[in-house]
Amino acid sequence: MLRIVPLYPELLSIYADRGNVRVLAQRARWRGIDVEVAPLGLGENLDPSAADVILIGGGQDRDQALVAEALITQTPALQSAIADGVPVLAVCGGFQLLGHRYVDQGGNVIPGTGLVDLETTAGSRRIIGNVVVEVELGGSKQQMVGFENHAGRTTLGNAVTPLGRVKFGGGNIGDGYEEGCRVGRVLGTYVHGPLLPKNVWLADQLLSWACDHRGLASSLEPLDDRLEESAATRAIELAKAQPR
Amino acid sequence: MPGHVFLRLAPNGLADLAAGLPDGIAAVSATNGKTTTSAMLSHILSAENVICRNAAGANLMSGVVTTLLHQTHGATVGVLEIDEAALPAVAANVGPRVIALGNLFRDQLDRHGELELVADRWRAMVAGLPEATTLVLCADDPVIDALGRDRANVVRYGIDDPSVALAVRDAAADSTFCVHCGTAYVYDAVYLGHLGAYRCPSGDHERGGLQFAARAVRTLGTQGTAFRLDAPDGASEVVLPLPGLYNVENALAAIATAHVLGVPSAVAVARLATFSAAFGRFERIDMQGRDVVLILFKNPTGANEALRAIAPDIAGSHVVLALNDRIADGRDVSWIWDIDLEGTLDEAASIVCSGDRAADLAVRLRYADLALNRLDRIRVVATALDQTVADAAVGERIYVLATYTAMLDLHRELARRGLTEPFWEGDR
Repeated sequence: MLRIVPLYPELLSIYADRGNVRVLAQRARWRGIDVEVAPLGLGENLDPSAADVILIGGGQDRDQALVAEALITQTPALQSAIADGVPVLAVCGGFQLLGHRYVDQGGNVIPGTGLVDLETTAGSRRIIGNVVVEVELGGSKQQMVGFENHAGRTTLGNAVTPLGRVKFGGGNIGDGYEEGCRVGRVLGTYVHGPLLPKNVWLADQLLSWACDHRGLASSLEPLDDRLEESAATRAIELAKAQPR
Repeated sequence: MPGHVFLRLAPNGLADLAAGLPDGIAAVSATNGKTTTSAMLSHILSAENVICRNAAGANLMSGVVTTLLHQTHGATVGVLEIDEAALPAVAANVGPRVIALGNLFRDQLDRHGELELVADRWRAMVAGLPEATTLVLCADDPVIDALGRDRANVVRYGIDDPSVALAVRDAAADSTFCVHCGTAYVYDAVYLGHLGAYRCPSGDHERGGLQFAARAVRTLGTQGTAFRLDAPDGASEVVLPLPGLYNVENALAAIATAHVLGVPSAVAVARLATFSAAFGRFERIDMQGRDVVLILFKNPTGANEALRAIAPDIAGSHVVLALNDRIADGRDVSWIWDIDLEGTLDEAASIVCSGDRAADLAVRLRYADLALNRLDRIRVVATALDQTVADAAVGERIYVLATYTAMLDLHRELARRGLTEPFWEGDR
C-alpha cells in the first residue's frame, strides 16, 4: 500500500494542486499498485512512517501565515520522513514554505520550515505565464511545462541546486534562469498547471521513489502517455509564442 | 469616443451622464452569474423603463463609459454588469443607486489575482460608499454577506431549503474560513461551492437574515427550476425557465434589486417566467433534428453547477467540451483539475474535446477514468459540433460546454448559418 499525503489541501490547493494527487494515485492504480490518499488536516500530526510521497501545494497569500504556523510544527516529522527517503513535491506557496522565510510586500516576515536553504521575498510585479524548464533527473533531460503565477522571488542557498533551467518563462526570480530547487528527493517549483498531468515523467519519478521507500519494485511499467505528451507539446508551443 | 479618452477629457463626466438617468443605476457584479442577473433585471425592468445597459463582455470601465455615452439619452434607468476587478473604480465614478453583489469564486487567477485581493478591494469600496447606496448581497457567500456589516441600507437574499443542499462540499470551495477570525465555518447546508448556511463556531460571523429567500426549491431537470419566494412584500411562486441552483441565486438577486428600484416582487416574479437564456446559458439550438444545448463554463464552480444541471439527462447524450486559454478565458487552464468531473460523464454516448487546449481536456478526462474509445479530439469547436451532430441520431441531445472565446467562435459560426441570433460584443 502506497500512501500519498497532501498537506493541508483545504488551504493549499489554489492552483488545482489536487490534480497532482489524482495523477499520482491513478498512475499507481493503473499499474496495479494499491494506493491511499491520506491528506493531513490542520491540527493533525504527520506520521512519517505512514507517508510514501508528500505533496505541498500553493495557497492564497492571506493563508500563508496560517499554513506556515501549522507546517512548522510538523518540521521534525517532515525531516524524519525526508531522511527516510520519502519524496516531497512542493509547488508555489509550498515551495516557499520549504525555505527559511517569506517576506511579504509589507516587510512582514513569515517563518518557513527551513527544510531547504532558500528564502523568498515578495516582488511588486507578479510573474505570470506559460513556462518551460529543462530538468535533468535520473540521468535524462526532460522538458517540464506548465504555468507560473507568483509574486515571490526565491533565492537558493549556495549548496542548493535549482530543479532546472528556464527555457521560456520567468523562474525563481523572474530572470529566466533558475527554476525550483532540488535536494535529494525534495523538489520545489513554481510550475503548476497542475504540474504532474503534463509532466508524467516527473509523476513516475516520484512514484518510483515512493515505491522504493515502501520496499516495492521501483521500476514502473510504461503507460500509454500519448495524450499527456500532446498536451505538453501544445503547452511548449504556447510558451514559445508568448511575448517575452 | 473610446472610454479612456473620454475619462481624460472629462474626469467627472461619468457622474454627469449617470445623473441623467432619473431612476439611477443598478450595478451588478459577481464572479459567476453577473451577465444572467443583469439580463434578468433588465427583463424585469423593461416593461416600464427605457434601459441603458452594457453588452455582456463590455463590463470594464471603458465599456461602461461607452454605454453611458451612447445610451443615456432618453433612458430612465441603468443596468450595468461590472467586472469584479473594475467595480470599485466604476462605482466611484458613476455612483450607483444600488449595487448587487453575488459571489466571489476563484476565477482567472492570472488576471484577477487571488480571490482575497478582489475581496479586499470590495471591502474598501463598500467603506467608501455613500450611506444612501443600497447593497443587495448574497448572504449565502460569507465574504459577500460580511460586506453588509455595519451598513444601514442592506438587502440580503439567499436559499433556505436544506432539501436541495449538497451532501458534501465541492473540493473547489473557496471561502470556507471565517472572514473575521479565520476559524473554519460550520455549514448547516451547502448549496454550491462555498455558498450556503454557515456559522463561525467562535460566534464571529453567521449568515445574515434573508429578506428575499428561496424556499421549497424543485428542480425541473434542464427545463428549469421552481421555488417559493418569501419577500418583504409577500410570498410568490417562481417558475424559472433556467436550471440549476445558481440561477435561483441569480433570480433572487434580480428580484431583490428590482424591488429596491420600486418593482413589487410579485410583478418581478411574473416577468421572470418569460425570461430566456442569455448567451451560452443553456441556449437551445436545433441542428438537423438534434437538440443542441450551449453552456458557458469558465471556472470550477460554474462547471460543477453545469454538470449537476445536466446530470439527469446525461445518459445517452453527446458532449462537446471546448477549452481555450485566451485572455478572456484566463490563460491558466489548471482550473479544469478542480472540476468534480469524476463520474459525471460516464453515461454520455460520446465526448469530443476541442478548443486551443483540447489536449489538456483530454488528459483531464483520462484521469477521470473515462474510456478513451469514446473520446475524440478536434481543435475547432464548430467542426467538433458538426462531427457530433453527424454521429448523433435525430432527437438526441448534444451538450456543448465551452469557455468564453470558444463559445464566441462557435456562436459566430452558428449565427453565420442562421441557426442563432448574432451575439453582440459591442453596443446593442
